[in-house]
Amino acid sequence: MNAVARRVRAVLPPIVFGALFLAAWEAFVTWRDIKPFVLVKPSKVWSAGLDNLQRIADAMEVTGTNALIGLVAGTLLGCLVALLAAGVRWVGELVNPVAVAVNAIPIVVLIALFTRLYEADSETPRRIMSTLAAFFVVFINVSRGLRQSSPTQLELMRSFAASPRQQFVKVRLPNAMSFLFTGIRVAAPLTVITAVVAEYFGGNRNGLGASISGFLSISKKDVGLAYVAGASVLGLLFFGFAAVLEYVAVPWQRRRDSR
Amino acid sequence: MTLAVDVAAVHKVFNGGRPNQVDALSDVSLQVSSGEFVSLIGPSGCGKSTLLRLIADLLQPTKGTIAVNDKLPRQARLDQDYGMAFQQAGLFEWRTVAKNIELPLELKGWDKDKRRARAQEMLELVKLPDRADAMPWQLSGGQQQRIAIARALAAHPSLLLMDEPFGALDEMTREHMQAELLRICAATQTTVVFVTHSIPEAVYLSDRVVVMSAGPGRITSIVSVGLGSGRDENTREAKQFYEKITEVREGLRGGHAIEGQKIKGVDDR
Repeated sequence: MNAVARRVRAVLPPIVFGALFLAAWEAFVTWRDIKPFVLVKPSKVWSAGLDNLQRIADAMEVTGTNALIGLVAGTLLGCLVALLAAGVRWVGELVNPVAVAVNAIPIVVLIALFTRLYEADSETPRRIMSTLAAFFVVFINVSRGLRQSSPTQLELMRSFAASPRQQFVKVRLPNAMSFLFTGIRVAAPLTVITAVVAEYFGGNRNGLGASISGFLSISKKDVGLAYVAGASVLGLLFFGFAAVLEYVAVPWQRRRDSR
Repeated sequence: MTLAVDVAAVHKVFNGGRPNQVDALSDVSLQVSSGEFVSLIGPSGCGKSTLLRLIADLLQPTKGTIAVNDKLPRQARLDQDYGMAFQQAGLFEWRTVAKNIELPLELKGWDKDKRRARAQEMLELVKLPDRADAMPWQLSGGQQQRIAIARALAAHPSLLLMDEPFGALDEMTREHMQAELLRICAATQTTVVFVTHSIPEAVYLSDRVVVMSAGPGRITSIVSVGLGSGRDENTREAKQFYEKITEVREGLRGGHAIEGQKIKGVDDR
């Protein structure tokens, strides 16, 4: 009972705040008689969403597929490069500064670049962008996990006369695993955002981002915002999935964070 | 009696020749007999942890020699002649309790059944026989420290090196763990070198308390305690216990010469 009460107390404030915010928005637009091409009412967005439910779901599937492919590919690539960089000295010296430099480039610039490299109807540039977004987060996290083991654990391994290889396999690698899942949790919603934004730069008109930019520009703001809500739901789904994955795979990580 | 640890005229300098040079230990000699319990106590910067790490071959002396079981510390480390425990239990979060205890054996190449049996034996020694499959984060701080001790003793080393192992525990748990440690050492005939900040802890546990002072780190006096093997909770209220606490406290002040001033980093409750 107490646990349920605590759960309710944690969830209630954001729900109440969100409901109040929407109500205030609705009231404000009605009261000031704001024209729909400036700002639409949440109730209009809601009904537009219901009218276009199937189309929004289809767009979520397109964008979600791109984001998921990017998340999986970026995670695998991030792990691989982080392991290589940690294990082979010259790879590390080469990759680390390059990764920092590339990461500093605004991602929008890269989207424009990749879009021109492929056919107009190709999903590939969007997937590449999502992959890159996930790659950097995962690479940085796993690299940190491989480097930062607890000093006590490392001293212990030395006192046990562990070889460098044993130390890598038994301490650094498992330690990096817990950082990996934290990285995935951060990367998951990021790949959705990247996949959505990538659609702004041309190509197929079938995803969330393309629909958002299309409907907003032709003054169908209610439909556009319904697609935005779809993008939020997709991002939350990705985040929720990654958070559960982290909780199940590395249950101690959460406790370490909260300490 | 044979010597478990023989430290002879050891100096340890960090950052030698540079502006931030630190004389961590100066001309330190210490002999620990087999089966003895010796505590190192002193203010922050007196080099007690450094001395422990020199014995463990985690650091190398700048001058002087160290022998552990008549071997070089490096050989003693490779032979797993000693086990270590720190202030942080340092359990590996991704391993079960039993797998944590098995780790030193695993590194030595023991086969699985033997490891399992030894882990269970150690769990019974530290009185947590049914927590083999628990994860470290499911244990309390005191339980984690018991597992750390079980792990340190898993390979049956003759020497246990401990660096403030109970420093992060609350007072009640701490006193309980001290009694448990004495029981475990008596049962296993283990020699212990124990670093602590607490005077009562050092006096209660030790056959001898080595009092150190800082700048440069050195041994100022050695107090023989001799509370005997029948120590229990009543010992903490005995007259001899308080006399020895006073003796150690005076030893700590002697190294500083300022009467009545609390010595930084030493807990003299």
